[in-house]
Amino acid sequence: MLDYFEEIFSTLKQNKLRAIMTGFSVAWGIFMLIILLGSGKGLQNGMELNFRGSATNAIWINSGETSESFEGFRKGRRIQFTNEDYEVMKRELNGIDNISGRMYLYSSAPLTYKNEFGIYSITCVMPEYLGIEILDMKRGRFINKFDIDQTRKVIVLSQPIVDILFKEEDPIGKFIKVGSIQFQVVGIFQDYEQADAKKAFLPISTAQKVFNGGNRIRNLAVTTKSTSVEENKIIEDEIRTLLARRHRFAEEDSKALFIYNTLEHFKQAQGVFAGIRMFVWIIGIMTIIAGIVGVSNIMVILVKERTKEIGIRKAIGATPWSIIRLVLSESVFITAIAGFFGMLFGMGLLNLVNMVLVSVTAENPMVDRVFYNPSADFKVAVIATLVLVLAGLTAGFFPARKASAIKPIEALHDE
Amino acid sequence: MSNSIIRVESLHKSYVTGTNSLHVLKGIDLDIQQGEMVSIMGSSGSGKSTLLNILGILDNYDAGAYYLDGIRIERMSETRAAQYRNNYIGFIFQSFNLISFKNAMENVALPLYYKGVGRKKRNQIALEYLERLGLRDWADHLPSEMSGGQKQRVAIARALISKPKVILADEPTGALDSQTSLEVMDILKEVNDSGISIIIVTHENDIADRTQRVIRLKDGLIEINKKNGSFHKSSAETIVTP
Repeated sequence: MLDYFEEIFSTLKQNKLRAIMTGFSVAWGIFMLIILLGSGKGLQNGMELNFRGSATNAIWINSGETSESFEGFRKGRRIQFTNEDYEVMKRELNGIDNISGRMYLYSSAPLTYKNEFGIYSITCVMPEYLGIEILDMKRGRFINKFDIDQTRKVIVLSQPIVDILFKEEDPIGKFIKVGSIQFQVVGIFQDYEQADAKKAFLPISTAQKVFNGGNRIRNLAVTTKSTSVEENKIIEDEIRTLLARRHRFAEEDSKALFIYNTLEHFKQAQGVFAGIRMFVWIIGIMTIIAGIVGVSNIMVILVKERTKEIGIRKAIGATPWSIIRLVLSESVFITAIAGFFGMLFGMGLLNLVNMVLVSVTAENPMVDRVFYNPSADFKVAVIATLVLVLAGLTAGFFPARKASAIKPIEALHDE
Repeated sequence: MSNSIIRVESLHKSYVTGTNSLHVLKGIDLDIQQGEMVSIMGSSGSGKSTLLNILGILDNYDAGAYYLDGIRIERMSETRAAQYRNNYIGFIFQSFNLISFKNAMENVALPLYYKGVGRKKRNQIALEYLERLGLRDWADHLPSEMSGGQKQRVAIARALISKPKVILADEPTGALDSQTSLEVMDILKEVNDSGISIIIVTHENDIADRTQRVIRLKDGLIEINKKNGSFHKSSAETIVTP
């Protein structure tokens, strides 16, 4: 093994500049590939960030007004979900994981603690809602089954609200006024999607009772057990049929019910990025091929220059295979080393860009929705390495074959 | 007879270039005994280099037979040929043919590299051979830093290191002055005394005079094949006529 390297080094030392120039073309190819892949990844990460606040297999159901008359009902009728819808869906729909109704309290219920108060968006939900919208529970707990069953007056706050209302105080266990009613703080969370979101959650049963909600639900959300778009679409259709039957509107009425299938959109976006990634690989490999041709060229010249030396080696017992190995290992060495540096620089640049991005994002949070954490991961590095070795072998193949075909007699007379 | 290290029977070789065919060897019969030191002479174009290439398995022949140490050497794969060269034959060239970017020791050790001998061991053996040729102190020098005589001695060490049965020397003194030539011939004589057969291609008479037998080629045939009187006790002249 050491012998190999010694052989390679001693010949490369002969022509440092040429080796470097040759290596550059390969390094450039890999550099471009890494940069392109990293950028693609960055765009994808930005896109996925948009989906982070919601389970990717969530289905969000909102009601609207009918746009056509149906079974004697006039059009323009408002569809109102109730607890019954929730119960029926929970009972009758197959393949559903979490389900929750939601209702909202707005200006009607300012939050007050001691001398501080504010109007925030308050969402009233079921415990399972935590599996639908993804929240980072910092402390305490989310709303649970007992809260619902016993209509407890508890509230879960987001960190920014806590910072404003409680300052340095520990809010867990404290009582806070929602409107004019005391609620106990049981948990604190941070929104993934929007770190400064000022949101609060109440048990929906409590809210319906306390804030005069009756049995009304503003909208519904479910997550499915499936990760395939097709199955999710089927569930979506079942929901539509079920609700159309219950509320008596035409299934094909597009204004009566709005269903947002997160998985469908997620997969669509993913598909686009898979396409981009493939495109990037193709471009990258094309660039590397240009590099390979360069290396191949140089190796041909090198073999020609070393004709005599190869002749000598053959005369003293070098087999054709050992000559092929000599040329190939040199070619692989150049491509591998150059490629490694290209990769290093590429990843370095991506890291730099990432650092800049982080500081930009601090001022403009929308940036990371477009471009976030551009990086080439370990898998890419491994594949790139394999591509490089393959590239080196390809680049060296023809020159090596040429070298092994050198006839010693002719070579030795080649003065 | 059984001791012959190289035996050649009616060897033919022609080079075809385009439509022209050049018949270089027109039936050579040759028998070189183990431990013999033979010179091959002849004007340029007489076929002596071609013969040497065939003897060194660097080239194929068209017809006839060639036995090296009793083994028939025929058209064979390059890999086999390389193994035979590595095991049986040591080469010495007029222009030394050392590898310019390797130092003396590495040059000498190279045949062992192709034999698969470990690096440490082969370098050590190389140093021993350099020592024998009085070049121990030059082991780290590149060929460009050495005189012609020194380079040829390195080349001899390289030819010897694989313990060959035959050494083929193509004008080994051609690039050396007469004093150095004598030194190199003395070394070759010493090598020969250790039992290794040596075949020297030369056009210098005083070099040929120092070998046991002189074979003179002319137009692809052996013109004269005679024992050297000054060298050997028996002065029986054998003239082979085609």
